[in-house]
Amino acid sequence: MAMRFLTLLALALALIAGPLRAETVVAGLSQEAISITTDFDGSEILVYGAVRRDAPPPGTEPMQVIITVEGPDRSVTVRRKDRRFGIWINTDASEIDAAPTFYAVQSSAPLAEALSHTEDLRHSITIPMAIRAVGTGRIDQGQFTEALIRLNLEDDAYQLNEGAVRFREEVLFDTSVRLPANLTEGDYRARIFLTRAGEVVDVYEQMIPVRKVGLERLIYGLAHDRPLVYGILSLLIAVGAGWMASAVFRYIRG
Amino acid sequence: MQIYLPIAEVSVNAFMLLGLGGLVGVLSGMFGVGGGFLITPLLFFVGIPPAVAVATSTNQIVAASFSALLAHLKRKTVDIKMGVVLLVGGLIGAAIGVQVFAWLTRMGQVDLLVQLCYVVFLGTIGAMMLIESLRALGRARRAGGALPVRKQRTWIHALPFKMRFRTSGLYISVIPPVLVGLFVGLLAAIMGVGGGFFMVPAMIYLLGMPTKVVVGTSLFQIIFVTGFATLLHATTNYTVDMILAVLLILGGVVGAQVGTVIGVRMKAEQLRILLALLVLSVCGKLALDLLLMPGELYSLADRRGG
Repeated sequence: MAMRFLTLLALALALIAGPLRAETVVAGLSQEAISITTDFDGSEILVYGAVRRDAPPPGTEPMQVIITVEGPDRSVTVRRKDRRFGIWINTDASEIDAAPTFYAVQSSAPLAEALSHTEDLRHSITIPMAIRAVGTGRIDQGQFTEALIRLNLEDDAYQLNEGAVRFREEVLFDTSVRLPANLTEGDYRARIFLTRAGEVVDVYEQMIPVRKVGLERLIYGLAHDRPLVYGILSLLIAVGAGWMASAVFRYIRG
Repeated sequence: MQIYLPIAEVSVNAFMLLGLGGLVGVLSGMFGVGGGFLITPLLFFVGIPPAVAVATSTNQIVAASFSALLAHLKRKTVDIKMGVVLLVGGLIGAAIGVQVFAWLTRMGQVDLLVQLCYVVFLGTIGAMMLIESLRALGRARRAGGALPVRKQRTWIHALPFKMRFRTSGLYISVIPPVLVGLFVGLLAAIMGVGGGFFMVPAMIYLLGMPTKVVVGTSLFQIIFVTGFATLLHATTNYTVDMILAVLLILGGVVGAQVGTVIGVRMKAEQLRILLALLVLSVCGKLALDLLLMPGELYSLADRRGG
């Protein structure tokens, strides 16, 4: 229902925008929401969609699709080590206002081809655009932002997969985005961009709620809502387990 | 079998955590150390956020020490009176330590402090114990197995507020044990350790307690201090992960029982040499981390801000 409404909306926008917006994108996700259970070990989201045309394809430039999935923003402190008195210690730090906890970019062609710089600025599509680091007062802020991206790429928290979006039958496309096991709870946002000659022709957006469920929810909730009860319970479980194992050992040895 | 930890928010192998707990449990039972100085760095290594690793390891120490303490209580190798005196200092130390920890976290220097503490304390104590134990072993060989027991009169015996500790066979001032306890509490809060690696040698060399009751008595103090630290971490930082703790405990309690049995069968000097070598190797590894240029100069602070 919501999807149909968005399609209609996109269609309406296309009509207003004139010939340039003659193409629209409709898409769906294999999962509407993600539940973090005790045996959660990452997840895969299949993104599929189609390009809708109301007129013959404009121009000869090939059509490209860029898909981004991003987790909730958090502020992050990036620290740098330097040698002081013979040992390596943290000497510099940069407070980055907001960086997504997860960010994946997948495209049907290299981003340099599929997206112009102006459009990237407008829609914040590439990884560096997703990070907001203003007013940190550092001349070498670029190095800290680069380090943040590098560390997150190594962790698979940030992903760049150029060419991972496959086209089928010219107007159908699909890709799968792998979400790592250490997901942060929150509302994730999937965006699907349709571009031609580097210009964004149409955008489709959908939210994916990521939530802890069951035992995970219960423990997390108790730890945050009743921390004292949770702390005492943790200690009781610890002491209980210790005592029980001791009793079992005594029994075994007679 | 992968398991998702609700507070740490990472997915790790459950059997690896059980094994890790078991290994540390064996050491805990053998030496009377809580094992925090091993478990905290090991948890960092498997990808648990540092704040959660420190808080949860204090919880694990409570359990590992509890089963070991029961074994010691049964053999009557616990000086409860001395334990209570140490505990008074310990609780004060832990409360101060939490404030220091919070302040250094804001400064971004908490890792450095923890590492430096490890290197300095583990290095000094490890070296002292190794030298002393080797010397004692050499003496024991020459004397045909008989250990010379000498009661030295030092400045410690000149202090006021004397108290009789019958289990330890001591009549000393309460000031040194309270100070030792306070220092251990400080270390527990800052380093996320039980502090046994400091307390055991301090009891032997500083207070002159018999080796037999040292392990049990230090376990007694450690349980209450780390229990207090667990509560502080749970209520101020929300970083105690119950599932992580239970897995470490299940491995740890079994390991501790095995360790206690091994400990009883070994000679005190052998036990001390082994502990000294273990302490020195952990210290060496951490010293290298500080001295060698790290592969990655940048690091991200824990997103929970802990």
